[in-house]
Amino acid sequence: MTIEARGVVKTFGTFKALDNVDLKVANGELLALLGPSGSGKTTLLRIIAGLDWPDSGEILFDGENALERGVRERHVGFVFQHYALFRHMTVFENVAFGLRVKPRKIRKSEAQIRSKVSELLDLVQLDWLADRYPNQLSGGQRQRVALARALAIEPRILLLDEPFGALDAKVRKELRQWLRSLHNDLNVTSIFVTHDQEEALEVAHRVVVMDKGRIEQVGAPTEVYDNPATAFVHGFIGESITLPVEVSAGHVALNGRPLDITAEDAASGASTLFVRRHDMLIGPAGSGSLQGAVTHVRSFGPVQRAEVALAEGPTTIEIDAPRDRELKVGDLVGLKPRRYRIFAG
Amino acid sequence: MGLTLTWLSLIVLIPLAGLFVRSTDLSLDQFWGIVTSRRTLNALRVSFGLAFAAACVNLVMGTIVVWALVRYRFPGRRLFDAIVDVPFALPTAVAGVALTSLFAQKGWLGAPLAALGVKVAFTPLGIFVAMIFIGIPFVVRTVQPVLIDLDPEIEEAAASLGAGRWQIVTRVILPSLTPALLTGFALAFARAVGEYGSVIFIAGNLPNVSEIAPLLIVIRLSEYRYADATAIAVVMLVVAFLIILAVNRLQRWTQSRAPLN
Repeated sequence: MTIEARGVVKTFGTFKALDNVDLKVANGELLALLGPSGSGKTTLLRIIAGLDWPDSGEILFDGENALERGVRERHVGFVFQHYALFRHMTVFENVAFGLRVKPRKIRKSEAQIRSKVSELLDLVQLDWLADRYPNQLSGGQRQRVALARALAIEPRILLLDEPFGALDAKVRKELRQWLRSLHNDLNVTSIFVTHDQEEALEVAHRVVVMDKGRIEQVGAPTEVYDNPATAFVHGFIGESITLPVEVSAGHVALNGRPLDITAEDAASGASTLFVRRHDMLIGPAGSGSLQGAVTHVRSFGPVQRAEVALAEGPTTIEIDAPRDRELKVGDLVGLKPRRYRIFAG
Repeated sequence: MGLTLTWLSLIVLIPLAGLFVRSTDLSLDQFWGIVTSRRTLNALRVSFGLAFAAACVNLVMGTIVVWALVRYRFPGRRLFDAIVDVPFALPTAVAGVALTSLFAQKGWLGAPLAALGVKVAFTPLGIFVAMIFIGIPFVVRTVQPVLIDLDPEIEEAAASLGAGRWQIVTRVILPSLTPALLTGFALAFARAVGEYGSVIFIAGNLPNVSEIAPLLIVIRLSEYRYADATAIAVVMLVVAFLIILAVNRLQRWTQSRAPLN
């Protein structure tokens, strides 16, 4: 099923949660809505589900107006951040709920319900917990029960609101990979909301980056990481060095001292230079476009992180350099951005 | 631990034990004679029967009131919320006098009801009304915090799974509230059984018809028939204890099906 949002606006009091949002989701796609809190990503998800209604705009499922139908009729599987399991029911009954509340005419027989629920519990690898109650389970198990429950109604689309947000880091990582492989098996159009860029980049086919109720960029994970469309995306995804620069007639200057880089197509005026930490190359003093002195070095994992006080301005920047490049505090170095972007403002 | 037991003994257990000791002044035949006398049996029936009926009404009405107070925003909501506590705070005699004048033949409610041929004051119906009045805050105040804490997301989850409004209420919300509802019911019932002040004004206190057991105890005491009084008291104590125990069991059972976090 395809999903389309057209010109969706939603305000809460004076707060503009969604400001004219357009989005198309392809059939079978796994899409991430990524943004800081308050960016409107959860509101958009809830409007698609039918749990909230937009002030204006359209939501189309396979080209049909979905706003005519309430959450009951939309046939959407929704997974909540805090699971929202029914505490007084066993795991089995939780999963069976969607099948049991169907109108008598289309309700399956008890035997069919039992086999369907067992099948789903197998799928989420929790068949051995069928008789437990939700509060006897770990967070990761609860979220898998919630997922099985949502899948029981054979939803046309699957919506997940920060599904792993309440779990610890290790469980998150496991569930992430598991969700991706589950999606490969089921192939149901899915949207998940997250504020964790790593989660979005690792799991989704495409990532929608949102800020202040607007969509900043839509693209494949590599694309939003390598070619951020706006200053916000560059700053939000991956760690960046930012420097306030002045652009005039194709020349770039930091605190009045010209830098040896081209402005490309950046407009003249006050701008910001964005460089990924690992894209700032360290060379001998006097080389490159920036000069500085190493003030601190820390090594962990495959890189070492150096803090460099810039000669061009009263700023210290953090650079990721390969471990084999020998650095020590007090070294004078020259810096050259291998890749960079300049955005106005 | 020691302090708790000592205190509990001083305040609760010793007086209760005294009651039993006192009743041993009577032979078993005498005891049986007193508690199975027509007047005693009728008084117990009036007390327990009406208290149970009133607790049932409070369970239903209290649930509706608490639902409105928690789920809807309407002008005067805070005022209504405060009014719920009035039966708690009002001296019971004041409540009795107020209810009696309200439901008396010429009272604001009594007059229109009398026109319909319904007589409330000085009948068992009056006792029933008084018991409802004093019991309702127990249901409201025990259920209210649980309903407030009930995550609205579970209703949204149920709706997204295709459940209708009625299915959500009966399959999701009410089962989640059951332990609190049972507690509220037990408290309202216990209070109504023991209620004296507000009931005796409106009851009419006709022996065998509208005479409650606590009143009969007071009457026996004023006649210096202490053994009779304690015999009735012991029966009330035992019955009340058994009922509270049953409700507690039921509550434990519903909770073990959904143990709290």
